[in-house]
Amino acid sequence: MSDYILQFLISGITVGSIYALVGLGFTIIYNASDVVNFAQGEFVMIGAMSAVSFSIAGIPLIIAIIMAMMVTVLVGFALNQFAIKPAKGASVVTTIIITIGASIFLRGAALLIWGKDFYSLPAFSGEQPIHIAGATILPQNLWVMGISVLLVSAVLWFFKYTLLGKAILACSCNHTAAQMVGINVGKMMLLSYGLSAMLGALAGVLIVPITFSSYDAGIMLGLKGFSAAILGGIGNPIGAIVGGLLLGILESLGAGFISSGYKDAIAFAIILFVLFVRPSGLLGHEHQERV
Amino acid sequence: MKRLSGFYLLSLVALILPQIFPDNYYLTVVGVFATLHIILAVGLNLLMGYCGQISLGHAAFFGLGAYSSAILTTRYQLDPWLAMISGMVLVFIIANLIARPILKLKGHYLAMATLGFGIIVHIIFVQTEALSGGPDGLGDIPTLSIAGWAVDSDIRWYYVTTISALGTILLSLNLIASRSGRAIRAVHGSEFAAQMMGINSNKTKVMVFVFAAVLASFAGSLFAYQQNFVSPDSFSFFFSIELVTMVVLGGMASTYGAVFGAILLTFLPELLIVFEDYEMLVYGAILMLVMIFMPQGLFISLGHQLTQLKKNYWPNKKPAGDQQ
Repeated sequence: MSDYILQFLISGITVGSIYALVGLGFTIIYNASDVVNFAQGEFVMIGAMSAVSFSIAGIPLIIAIIMAMMVTVLVGFALNQFAIKPAKGASVVTTIIITIGASIFLRGAALLIWGKDFYSLPAFSGEQPIHIAGATILPQNLWVMGISVLLVSAVLWFFKYTLLGKAILACSCNHTAAQMVGINVGKMMLLSYGLSAMLGALAGVLIVPITFSSYDAGIMLGLKGFSAAILGGIGNPIGAIVGGLLLGILESLGAGFISSGYKDAIAFAIILFVLFVRPSGLLGHEHQERV
Repeated sequence: MKRLSGFYLLSLVALILPQIFPDNYYLTVVGVFATLHIILAVGLNLLMGYCGQISLGHAAFFGLGAYSSAILTTRYQLDPWLAMISGMVLVFIIANLIARPILKLKGHYLAMATLGFGIIVHIIFVQTEALSGGPDGLGDIPTLSIAGWAVDSDIRWYYVTTISALGTILLSLNLIASRSGRAIRAVHGSEFAAQMMGINSNKTKVMVFVFAAVLASFAGSLFAYQQNFVSPDSFSFFFSIELVTMVVLGGMASTYGAVFGAILLTFLPELLIVFEDYEMLVYGAILMLVMIFMPQGLFISLGHQLTQLKKNYWPNKKPAGDQQ
């Protein structure tokens, strides 16, 4: 029994790390521009698919990954430049529909480029499983967890200690005030979309050896990332990470002990319950309405 | 008379069209879907446009209505009308139960909760195979008959769904013009201020939510009888998003906007078929462009443009009043 729990925890944390990265991407864009970017999952798909394509073309894995990141960052820039910026001042629901339109557009483009086939990368360092206390870990699981920890720490460090990170945070507090102290708000917005796209691309590259990818793989990952960000309390990076890991573990335990068909239902039911008890997520702040 | 003049015009067009084109595919097949979408979008618009509460799970109520009708008529041989009413009662109860906790949430949290609810209901449709037929769906659903007049041809269905949709539009127009309608709009403006004026904002939100849900259930039952078949695919997260898009694309807080959005988004995929592989790309691009350049929605933005034109040509004439 305890073996099973350990095994489910391992797969839960692996998937949860990916949700956390996607959720973190949501948080960065939300903080910078008050937009819930429903095209976030598409970053993951584009990152994964272009890494596979470059790798198939004979480019060494590490360079293929870097190129895939650059492609995705460019997509992120384009999203900000051509979809979000021109719609400045639109209502929340309008921006939601714009990002949904963008995600459909990107999915359509992916369908044209890659067709409906499934793609995968070879695992980064072999498929030899490691046995620990009755559970099995694939090297790729370790890659996912390890790089996620690195990325998350880097992002948190970036926002806490660098001037650039603080400038982005200043924009998220108040655009006008940030402009007044000499921050180029437009540039910071562009940067946050790029950063968010890069996180998405890396999440995609990390998970594609385990789960495969296709042109519509971004939808579910995007949804889960959104759920992670909301569960933790939107706008709070730590919340997104906690929410992502929790969601991954819940799903994995639900699939293992109750029913794999109902695993998403279990996860969403728990999210609903959490929201009923804490309407602003686990780590979110209560928002006061002003009249 | 003046307030409802748009409605009379719409009814006239909707009922004359089949006289001119009785066998037109776009009218009697796609048109039936458009009218069902109108019922859904007009209901959702009451909740989203007028009351300001987003719902990304509205397809769940549509599905609950459809499956209630499908299961009760095929597995329990219930009369289609009774099955439809049972579905509406079931949805009334479920909507009432979840509305209170869900509508306490705001903004993105509300979006998340309704999204989660929609996905849970969809998974239940897929998983309860013994009852719902699982992913393969449920067929052989009988059709409706109205006092011996069986609704068994495309054109008859067109009349039934069109009249239902017109009824829904009339209901929505009248509701919004009433005292409750003003309460609903006040809650949208500011819940706090509405409470100050003695409006029970929670009760108002719950009422609109339940009303929209029951309307969706009604549309779902019609859908099940018209298709004679239901499967979970029709009630997924994507359909919820599509409904929201209809409301926003047409123009929020406008009943005619919702009607316009529903018609447009039903016909758009039919027209985009010519783009073949590029269909999805073009669809996404249209959605983005419309929302970027007309954030108020097509119907309202076009209305403003017309008013502007009118002003330019007849500068002394008073501009037209607010749209309903």
